[in-house]
Amino acid sequence: MPVRKLEINRSSIEVDAPDGMPLLWVLRDIAGLTGTKYGCGKSLCGACTVHVDGVPTRTCQLPVERVVGKRITTIEGLAPEKLHPVQEAWIAESVPQCGYCQSGQILTAVALLAAKPAPTDQEIDEAMRGVLCRCGTYPRIRRAIHRAARGK
Amino acid sequence: MPVVRLTRRQLLAAGLAGGAVLAIGAYGGYRLLRRRKQRRRPAPPREQPFAPSAFVAIDAQGAVTLWLPRPEVGQGIATTLPMLIVEELGADPARVKVVQAPADEAYGSQMTAVSASVRGSFNDMLAAGAAAREMLVGAAAAALDRPAAEFRVHLGEVIHGPSGRRLAFADLVPAAAKRRVPDEPALKPRSEWQYVGKAMPRLDLPAKIDGSARFGIDVRVPGMLFAMVVRPPATGGKVRRFDAADSLAVPGVRNVVAIASGVAVVADHTHAAMLGRRALKVDWEPGPNAGWNASAIDAHLERSLGRAGVVARRDGNGAKGLQGPGKIVRAEYRLPYLAHATMEPMNCTADVRPGQCVVWAPSQSPTTVRSVVAQRLGIPVASVTVNIPLLGGAFGRRVNNDYVFEAVDISRAIGRPVQVLWTREDDIRHDWFRPCSAHRLEARLDGDGLPVALAHRIAAPSILSGDPAFKDPVDPTAVEGAKEIPYRVPDLQVEYSRAEVPMQVGFWRSVGHSYNAFVVESFLDEIAAAGGQDPVLLRRRLLAPASRHLAVLDAVVAKAGPAPAGGGRGRGVAVHASYGSYVAMIADVRVEDRARVKVERVVCAADCGLAVNPDGAAAQLEGGIVFGLTAALYGRVDFEAGAASASNFDDYPLLRFDETPAIEVVHVNGAPSALGGVGEIGVPPIAPAVCNAIFRAAGVRPRTLPLSRGFGESA
Repeated sequence: MPVRKLEINRSSIEVDAPDGMPLLWVLRDIAGLTGTKYGCGKSLCGACTVHVDGVPTRTCQLPVERVVGKRITTIEGLAPEKLHPVQEAWIAESVPQCGYCQSGQILTAVALLAAKPAPTDQEIDEAMRGVLCRCGTYPRIRRAIHRAARGK
Repeated sequence: MPVVRLTRRQLLAAGLAGGAVLAIGAYGGYRLLRRRKQRRRPAPPREQPFAPSAFVAIDAQGAVTLWLPRPEVGQGIATTLPMLIVEELGADPARVKVVQAPADEAYGSQMTAVSASVRGSFNDMLAAGAAAREMLVGAAAAALDRPAAEFRVHLGEVIHGPSGRRLAFADLVPAAAKRRVPDEPALKPRSEWQYVGKAMPRLDLPAKIDGSARFGIDVRVPGMLFAMVVRPPATGGKVRRFDAADSLAVPGVRNVVAIASGVAVVADHTHAAMLGRRALKVDWEPGPNAGWNASAIDAHLERSLGRAGVVARRDGNGAKGLQGPGKIVRAEYRLPYLAHATMEPMNCTADVRPGQCVVWAPSQSPTTVRSVVAQRLGIPVASVTVNIPLLGGAFGRRVNNDYVFEAVDISRAIGRPVQVLWTREDDIRHDWFRPCSAHRLEARLDGDGLPVALAHRIAAPSILSGDPAFKDPVDPTAVEGAKEIPYRVPDLQVEYSRAEVPMQVGFWRSVGHSYNAFVVESFLDEIAAAGGQDPVLLRRRLLAPASRHLAVLDAVVAKAGPAPAGGGRGRGVAVHASYGSYVAMIADVRVEDRARVKVERVVCAADCGLAVNPDGAAAQLEGGIVFGLTAALYGRVDFEAGAASASNFDDYPLLRFDETPAIEVVHVNGAPSALGGVGEIGVPPIAPAVCNAIFRAAGVRPRTLPLSRGFGESA
């Protein structure tokens, strides 16, 4: 299998992965970064979301060769030193229940707030509708995004 | 049309013995609430010097470790149960470490089921904290030679009241460990509770926001491989033969092995296992159930509904009371099979070695896993270690452990640790589905529009009949929520007619309540409409005065305020009790073109007695509303050739962010010392509240779900 160099969480990592292997499985089964989750394999649920060059991107169907030379940020690399304000807001609103989808939720919200520091409810709807949560934490996610936008 | 009557014997013969054994565990869990008192068990061996029970240990530095007996599935018990111990122990809640306990008799019942994880462990947790405290205080009293009554414990210190002297847990551990564990430790008066009943931030939040939380799918063991299993499309099917050549040619694929449930492809990583599975050629023996499709199931359900059932409740003259003067209201309702669709699909990691086995099982029933795995491998229970990682949702799906047995079978076959992962398609198609059901209701109204007689016949497949030990002709899970109808109707009859359909059924969040609440609360609105009564006023007249039902109804009406009007808007109400708790909901909806509904606002009043962590209880109610609304709007699994036709979130949609209404939850504490469940109680009332609102908004009465298939006829 070809060895390729990926930039994941500001580190250069060599992975031995065949063409066509979705980034999700490279992260989880080769790079050992299990914070990015499998949910559907068809880009329907958003559990596998990471940032590629800052853009929230589904990884369950994204071939690894497409991300060579790009900046990949997973939940583990979002804020390694201290919590990101979105993570702090998630704690303040007690968002997670089972927690499984929350990496995708948080990374999607971070990208939303980077683009729109004070999003309206409608903008939040549009940004977040792609990420499924079976526990039903959506109302708390909305509150947490507003809280993070207010900066407290 | 081939109709196959599947008996227990045939089910067992069809190789579903594992399922049958599991159902025993499920039934055991169902009965769990009947066993109140648990005998005290010694702690498993601990490295800490002071381990007065299975649930608490304190090391020489005073660090407190608590063992969580039941799986955390998202319901928040990794916070709620520690709160109870900490309350009695006097530890610093910010400095306790919570460990998920492996399967072991020492922890008593370990099921997460029937909304009983707090109720079932409440006394154990308080007693464990109190016993440890009593021993620490005893050690302090002996050290200072003062009476124990002069001491209190606060934030990890034992404090002598009169002198103000403080002794840290660390200093007391050696002496406390020598003291006898009290059998009946005295509990704090509730008036002195500091934590219980007050909002506590979840202790598991930090790991759930930074990617470090380890779910079953995240288990990594040295030398492990990854597996996918191809299973017969219809339950009861079998592998005739398979050709693994193309599969083994996929780079990264190591093994292809036949196991009880199908054929497993084992590889270096999940992706290779997926490709290898796709390349595998299997010739299937379709099995006895391959003739079942949606129309056969519907026809069978109709026949079950058409014959008299077994009476589950009869008051007064029962159904005979329908004879007489007055208006008659009749309606029939239909509800579909549903899948659980936990966000984390089924998976398990197993390491089977000669004479021993370790599994990492994201299961709701740890001790069942342990005993059944031991039985399967023919080794002693003590040689099986069952570790419980986090569960990415459960909702009743993980009471059944079929995925665990696959991991064990594969690891045994290849002699290496292995993780089996189900794709989303596997997860939905091979679920233990919420049973479908059909309902026939009839009521006779008096001159004031009040029902004087009501009969409700429920036809549905039985979940508990999967257990050979279950003999009752009435499956209590099929009639729950209908049998306990709270309205005062003099002549009342509830019947159950078991539909013998072989689709695999199981426990789905709120089980029978999930359909009976919809039917009963919708029909009550039909009675209100037929009798010219306001739905809220009719309920008030029919509920017992000063009842907890009435209190939550009044609370939700007060909280909701005036109903929005115009623009296709309508308001619906529903009241339902389940798992010892009482919930009333109001839904405000907007209907467009008599075909599309937008749920704008949901107000919920809940009385679950003592809410140990009120914010956690509110979160469960919010989640239950989203879960129930998902089913009401979209949930439906059909069958074609014995196989579920739904497969992923495109044809089994879940409610999305932008479709979620504003949700407000108020707690009503109608019985401060009672404990009701919270994990499931938010699900039952939402569908009827929404459908009653649709009726008010558009004049159509939905009698089948999901609403995405249309609202049904004009009422």
